[in-house]
Amino acid sequence: MTTFKTSYNRRSFIKTSALASGGMMLGFNWLAGCMPSRQKVGTMPKEWFEINGFLKISDTGVVTIMSPNPEIGQNVKTSMPMIVAEELDVDWQQVLVEQAPLNTQLFSRQIAGGSQAIRQGWKSLRMAGATARQMLQQAAANAWSVPIAEVTTEKGVLYHKSSGKSATYGAMASAAALVPVPAEVALKAIKDFKIIGTSRKNVDAHKIVTGQPLFGLDYHREGMLIAMMVHPPAFGLKLKSYDDKEAKAMPGIKSVFTIKSYDEKDERQWCDISAFAELLVVVGNSTWEVMQAKKALKVEWEPIASPGGLENSDDHFVQMAKRATQPATLLRQDGDPEAAFKRAAKVLERNYSAPFLAHNCMEPMNFFANVTDDSAELVGPVQTPEFMEKSVSTRLGLPLEKIDIQMTRMGGGFGRRLYGHFLVEAAVISQTIKAPVKLIYSREDDMTFGCYRPAYYVTYRAALDANNNLIGFHVKAGGIPESPIAADRFPAGAIDNYLAEEWTLDTNITVGAFRAPASNFIASAEQSFLDEIAEAVGKDPIAFRLDLLKRAKENPVGKKNDYDAARYAGALELVRDKSGWTGKKTGAHRGVAAYFCHNSYVAIVLDVEMEKNKPIVKKVVCAVDCGIVINPDAAANLTEGGMVDGIGHALYSGLTFKEGIPQQSNFHEYRLIRHGEAPKVIDVHFVKNDIDPTGLGEPPFPPVFGAMANALYQATGKRYYNQPFFPETT
Amino acid sequence: MANFKLKVNGKMREVEVDPATPLLWVLRDHLNLVGTKFGCGMAQCGACTVHVGKFPARSCVMPVSSIGSQSITTIEGLSENGDHPVQKAWLEHDVPQCGYCQAGQIMSAAALLQSNKNPSDAEIDAAMHGNICRCGTYTRIKKAIKTAAKQ
Repeated sequence: MTTFKTSYNRRSFIKTSALASGGMMLGFNWLAGCMPSRQKVGTMPKEWFEINGFLKISDTGVVTIMSPNPEIGQNVKTSMPMIVAEELDVDWQQVLVEQAPLNTQLFSRQIAGGSQAIRQGWKSLRMAGATARQMLQQAAANAWSVPIAEVTTEKGVLYHKSSGKSATYGAMASAAALVPVPAEVALKAIKDFKIIGTSRKNVDAHKIVTGQPLFGLDYHREGMLIAMMVHPPAFGLKLKSYDDKEAKAMPGIKSVFTIKSYDEKDERQWCDISAFAELLVVVGNSTWEVMQAKKALKVEWEPIASPGGLENSDDHFVQMAKRATQPATLLRQDGDPEAAFKRAAKVLERNYSAPFLAHNCMEPMNFFANVTDDSAELVGPVQTPEFMEKSVSTRLGLPLEKIDIQMTRMGGGFGRRLYGHFLVEAAVISQTIKAPVKLIYSREDDMTFGCYRPAYYVTYRAALDANNNLIGFHVKAGGIPESPIAADRFPAGAIDNYLAEEWTLDTNITVGAFRAPASNFIASAEQSFLDEIAEAVGKDPIAFRLDLLKRAKENPVGKKNDYDAARYAGALELVRDKSGWTGKKTGAHRGVAAYFCHNSYVAIVLDVEMEKNKPIVKKVVCAVDCGIVINPDAAANLTEGGMVDGIGHALYSGLTFKEGIPQQSNFHEYRLIRHGEAPKVIDVHFVKNDIDPTGLGEPPFPPVFGAMANALYQATGKRYYNQPFFPETT
Repeated sequence: MANFKLKVNGKMREVEVDPATPLLWVLRDHLNLVGTKFGCGMAQCGACTVHVGKFPARSCVMPVSSIGSQSITTIEGLSENGDHPVQKAWLEHDVPQCGYCQAGQIMSAAALLQSNKNPSDAEIDAAMHGNICRCGTYTRIKKAIKTAAKQ
């Protein structure tokens, strides 16, 4: 065991005054639907003793572990408590999980984003469990008058082996709650893990399959009204005037008015992105009545003064292709790329592009708000509660401590719910009508009022000498309005003469993070281009990448390479071995890709066949290095999902604009991958190591685009440069 | 406004609503049965799937006035204790990620297995085509349907 100072996380162990005075935890404030399932432990215990902010133990030995982070389907509500339970040394069968409330005093980083929950929570979660265990040991040592070093634990029971004494955690909980928080705790050795590394079922699974209320849209409050909004139909338009006479007279309609979700005078945070400044709101008794009244509104729109005007996707492509030929901003240069390209025997140059994407969380944006003169209560799905708390405080003019945000399970996030303007809108609507209200976006609202994945374009150039050595590499990437490049990632570090540049174009279309931002495009382009270089130099595509990685490992170019070449190669070697890669066609057409982003390494071999001119993905083999795997089957599930989602976006999805109007407004126009198009088999393998864990929500997603493109080339003889590859397929 | 008597999950329920109101919103807003999800409002995503009689139906486009005496089963009424073979198979394969679409997926799968005890891959694909999962749990869903078919 290694000893760690607990001061690192000391603020997480502030005891509440209620406990100091005898120990019982009092009533909870959050959703009944988010309370733990009683299925597992039978009768709910009555007495609970809070040991620290992360957990409480009942007199019966049942342990409730708080899951601090928002749950968007990445399964942190199971995996984060598993880490606490491991160090607590408790039987997982005795653990209940609750969604923690937003509490920036107790918890750090209550955010779902960047695949960081496990990586950044690892130490504090272990510490929380280990500290509690040590307090239980201390309580037992005191009770038995023995040294703490002689008190051992196993599955929620304390033992003093030499005297034969034992006590359950439940029996010792009330005493443990009064033990001073230790200054140092011992963490388990990795080899002693009993829960981490074993597959545990999703703690909400039973509720999900029985349809119990879990999601923001399911939230109900007595007397609650329903609000929906009308927003400008085009990016570049704003409200001019409206006639609500007919709508107001419709049954169940309470009010029609306009709101400004953000006030121009207020300072905005990064997550305060919102497409439209002024919105028209309809409030009524029921969703259907409000939907009907929305249709009865007569609204006129007018152009805003903006550089882009009313934009068109066709123009976007032309503008990006043109911009790509003009000077750009230098990000990184190694060696003398210009000279390398001058003396090259052969230069390969390729362009790649991708459209805007809508997030399309299956649960449309929504939020409940109940704002009074001196407080604001908000309940719903948001990835950034601790940031949005500040936004609401600013917008409503209420102090931060008067804002209460409760997190519901989210019907998908994918980055969309990082931008909580809908939460602010709900708060402003509730403040205006002085009533509790649930704001609901229709699917059309959700799709056409987005924070989209930017449109991207990249030019790659490779310089080869007469012996087919890769002597120069040039990447020049841009987008509307962001560039997708990460200049210090592979193959930077593997090539002597390397040049990375970027450019951007303005737009009035709002954009934001989308599952693996930037990587979700550049990985595909880069991995497709490497495939073409490998072919041009006559090398096996895996061997070609491994040669580059060997160079990057043994004799890296530059000092700032932000990947571990050995781990990168390890993932590639694992996928090569597990897929039975021979480099020759043996059955299906195969493509390979590998990428590193969000601290994890993923390599993929994808098999495709063309049937009636449609791609059928027969099999995907995936190798992942995310360090220690907390919950293997759930990690495999998330990885499988990343594959399916990536294949769908590579082949089918895209959001286009005409005169500023999104041309896809619902799923009859916006193609998402469907059952029959998913891979027939997905085979996920994890690199086994003892490295601290990293995340999986994003890393599997980007490389599968590249594997798809490369497999399609094998199947069709055609290179796929522009996403989506099969937009017209139905 | 009109009065409707509906047989939902074996119980008679009464609502006073606009006859054009889709069953989805009657369930969610008036009967507090929120397990049936709103996804698209135009029968394109399957999140709102329920059973009307023995058949799967997209409740988001089905006016309450069209139901008459047909019995309605929602996810809440699929089984007493969440132990319908499809629900059990979903738990066994730990299918859900975000979970939002899963009620609709389960209702479509349960209807499929009621009419076809041993569906082929192609039959599963066809029956489930209308149910979108943005998280991409399709391969697990297929495995779970096959497991449930064996029960």
